[in-house]
Amino acid sequence: MSLGLMIFLPIAIIAVCSAIGLLASRNTIYAALFLIINFVTISILYFILGAPFIALAQITIYAGSIMVLFLFVIMLIGTEKLPRSNALPWQKPAAITLSSLLLIECAVLIYKQAAKPTGWPELTQYMTSPTEIGLGLFNQYLLPFEITSIILLVAVVGAIYLTRPERIRKKPENQREER
Amino acid sequence: MVPLVYYLALAVVMFVLGALGVLIRRNVLVIFMALELMFNAANLAFIAFSRYYQIIDGQLFVFFVMTVAAAEVAVGLALIVAIFRTRNSLDVDVMNTLKG
Repeated sequence: MSLGLMIFLPIAIIAVCSAIGLLASRNTIYAALFLIINFVTISILYFILGAPFIALAQITIYAGSIMVLFLFVIMLIGTEKLPRSNALPWQKPAAITLSSLLLIECAVLIYKQAAKPTGWPELTQYMTSPTEIGLGLFNQYLLPFEITSIILLVAVVGAIYLTRPERIRKKPENQREER
Repeated sequence: MVPLVYYLALAVVMFVLGALGVLIRRNVLVIFMALELMFNAANLAFIAFSRYYQIIDGQLFVFFVMTVAAAEVAVGLALIVAIFRTRNSLDVDVMNTLKG
């Protein structure tokens, strides 16, 4: 077993197991913690692939801020256990069948590609430096960058609008009840 | 380093698990987390191909995916909180009408 495989295999196993744990856990908080484990292992793979900037962004944005937001909302509303329902009894077997079909299809495609020899090119300064990412963002991808900033602004305003207190929205009804 | 195919296989397995989570779970928060898992699988494939072809655009795309995912999570969680206030449940089977 080569050194690369010895590093890759445990990381991949942890990533897949934490993904399975996310699906299987009944408690929403455990699911969120499994997802954080998954994000951290994937960011280690980004380091191995020579993308340190993206790896650190993954930890700070995903494992940091997005999951903190998730945990806030879970503590606010999400700790209830759902009762069993049989609204769609055929849905679970159908989902498992379809996703295993997808997995088999992708496995066949990848297996066909695996016959080709794939060596990695030398890791250059160009690929790993955050300077190049900044230059790319502000030259070639300037318009998408600006559009992303507008999307973030709209998301912040939308989130504030959607979660404002109920009594402001339902003021006319309350006045009618008082009369 | 292990071949590119290994990274692609890991990305495929994670994507399929995410899709399975969206389909079989009924808790809307877990469905949302499974969506993030699928984003993550796509990002891993992007980074692996970016390294393989020595083009930095893949890393820039992952950066854009991350920022848009952050915006999506903010709006999505706000929607979930708003729906929970009117329905008092996190079950997606309960959310079956558009009228609040």
